[in-house]
Amino acid sequence: MNKTRVNFPRFGSYDVAVEHIIRAGLDCEYVNTPPITKKTLEIGSKYSPDFVCTPFKYNLGGYIESIEAGANTLIQIGGVCRLGYYGELQKQILKDLGYDVKFINMANANFRKPITFYEEFKKVNPNLNLKKITSACMLAVHMVEVIDKVEDFIRQNVGFEKEEGSFDKLHHEFLDDLRDVNDKKELNLLYKLYMKKFKKIEIDKPKNPLKVGFVGEYYTIMDQYSNHYMEKELAKKGIVIYRWMNLTNSILNPHVKEVKQSIKNYAKYDMGATAMFTIKKAIDYAKDGCDGIIHVKSFGCTPEIDTMPVLQRISEDFKIPIIYFSFDSQTSDVGINTRVEAFYDMIMMRKEGKK
Amino acid sequence: MKVGIPRAFLYYRYHVLWETFFEELGIEYIVSPETNKDIVKRGTTHAIDESCLSSKIYTGHVDYLIDKCDYIFIPRVASFGDRKETVCSKFQAIYDVINNTYREKKLKILYYSIDVHNKETELKAFLKMGKFLGKNKAQVLKAYYIAKQAEKTSKMLEINDQKRLLESDKLKILIVSHPYNIYDKYVGEPIINALKDLDCVPILGCVVDEKQAHDKAKLISSTLPWTFNKELVGSIAIYKDKIDGIILVSSFPCGPDSLVNEMIIRRFKEKPIINLILDAQEGTAGMETRVESFVDIIRLRKEKEYEQD
Repeated sequence: MNKTRVNFPRFGSYDVAVEHIIRAGLDCEYVNTPPITKKTLEIGSKYSPDFVCTPFKYNLGGYIESIEAGANTLIQIGGVCRLGYYGELQKQILKDLGYDVKFINMANANFRKPITFYEEFKKVNPNLNLKKITSACMLAVHMVEVIDKVEDFIRQNVGFEKEEGSFDKLHHEFLDDLRDVNDKKELNLLYKLYMKKFKKIEIDKPKNPLKVGFVGEYYTIMDQYSNHYMEKELAKKGIVIYRWMNLTNSILNPHVKEVKQSIKNYAKYDMGATAMFTIKKAIDYAKDGCDGIIHVKSFGCTPEIDTMPVLQRISEDFKIPIIYFSFDSQTSDVGINTRVEAFYDMIMMRKEGKK
Repeated sequence: MKVGIPRAFLYYRYHVLWETFFEELGIEYIVSPETNKDIVKRGTTHAIDESCLSSKIYTGHVDYLIDKCDYIFIPRVASFGDRKETVCSKFQAIYDVINNTYREKKLKILYYSIDVHNKETELKAFLKMGKFLGKNKAQVLKAYYIAKQAEKTSKMLEINDQKRLLESDKLKILIVSHPYNIYDKYVGEPIINALKDLDCVPILGCVVDEKQAHDKAKLISSTLPWTFNKELVGSIAIYKDKIDGIILVSSFPCGPDSLVNEMIIRRFKEKPIINLILDAQEGTAGMETRVESFVDIIRLRKEKEYEQD
């Protein structure tokens, strides 16, 4: 019997929600992408075009490692930037490498017609039950919301934990338990239980801590491995981290019209992909009294490169430091750390100076 | 009122349309000179370091035009209608990129925006621009249709000229490149010249019936999202039986080309292909060597085939 074993690229902590769709909705086995390592990126880079954006390389490396871990069906989504063409090319590359797998490319589906997604899912499991997949997707969406809420809380407090590692440990327990959730009621209970636990973790937060906002490209900002755990590194120094960009905010509540309106002093048009959110949140963080802003993206990400002249103007207008990080397969921890340190020293001294 | 047109990016696709439109309306305009060392330097100085070479060149042309005209013409394109298609986000963003880059100069920008997904068609865009230029609707409509006719005619002539070149007995090399790269005097023309020096006939992928190329491309790659790249992919399908080799030309680090070139190499196996990446480095010796060895290989292969027959 050839059981369908499905993989979807690893991305932040969302694999729990993806697993639910695949198990409960598609009735298939789920093969999680093995944890991303240096080797993942090496494999990905080896078979990817040279100057393609880094998420492509992570995805491709992850696919190959997942196939080796037993996956025989791969899913890729579509998107408004280069992501929209990832699927077709990755499918071709894997085929040329001789991997005999089924590849489901959601770029074939059409967001305006949800039924087309059902048709793509049907390619994974021909006996698909519409009710089952719909309710699994609904629950997965709620899972995403819960993951995002929990992680927002962690970001704003982890820097002040009295015992190092307590937030991390509880975060892992939470994600583990989340895997066993079967319906919305259980999910709500779990969420409440864990929020209580998170709030109980002892912290030592000064009255007026340093605050830093993160903006930038979709994958790199949400995937901690891709940005070299920058959020955590900064938080450890006793900084409150803000990051609006997550699946909940960008997909479920993007409020595109208001965003466009609120950035019109800086951008007349939608500059593509996540650009307008980057601009909007940079303005918000500046207005909300953040001490600095960090812009992250993978090397060559055009929409995010194009926000940089805008961010420079925001930095001038609000007198807020903004530092820019670009990640590719050559990026080293040392280089990143040195620049993060320097940035930290600067915002720290600025804050002291203001007192 | 004098309008300055940057000789870069969409200029190479639309210059007949733009120039005829302005001429018909009696609007004075200048076009920035052919790209040169100075313009590239201006661009690399002012544009974000990581942007593609082509957008640095665009910035250089804008920089050149500042203080030489009343308005700089910076149109924007987001989509042409097909729901599954888009253009490189650079063309969606260029207006705001330039505006922010040169904010302190308080540039006066003449612009239009084409975004058919949001019902902003080319006609509407030109009507709006004509109104801004102080012309009445009838005048603008007339100018637009005359400009469209001129565009169509010039395109047809180009395609016919190329048809004649395809009859040549010499080695024919298809150059697959965005017009703003291959027509650029500084970065593209040296490639054409190198081919001519080697007694080859350069055939341009961008000189093709757009609609026909577009339809062909759909059969080759079903989810390819970028309209301009689609036309180029389609052009390979149209010309491949009449040419001897393919040169893909891209500026570093072009987003769409980074994926599409790879797909082209994987899906067109019948003809030899090389990929030339343009960057701001001076000198053309490296490129010439690669083109020369590419042509040598094709010639050798042809000789062998000839001997076998």
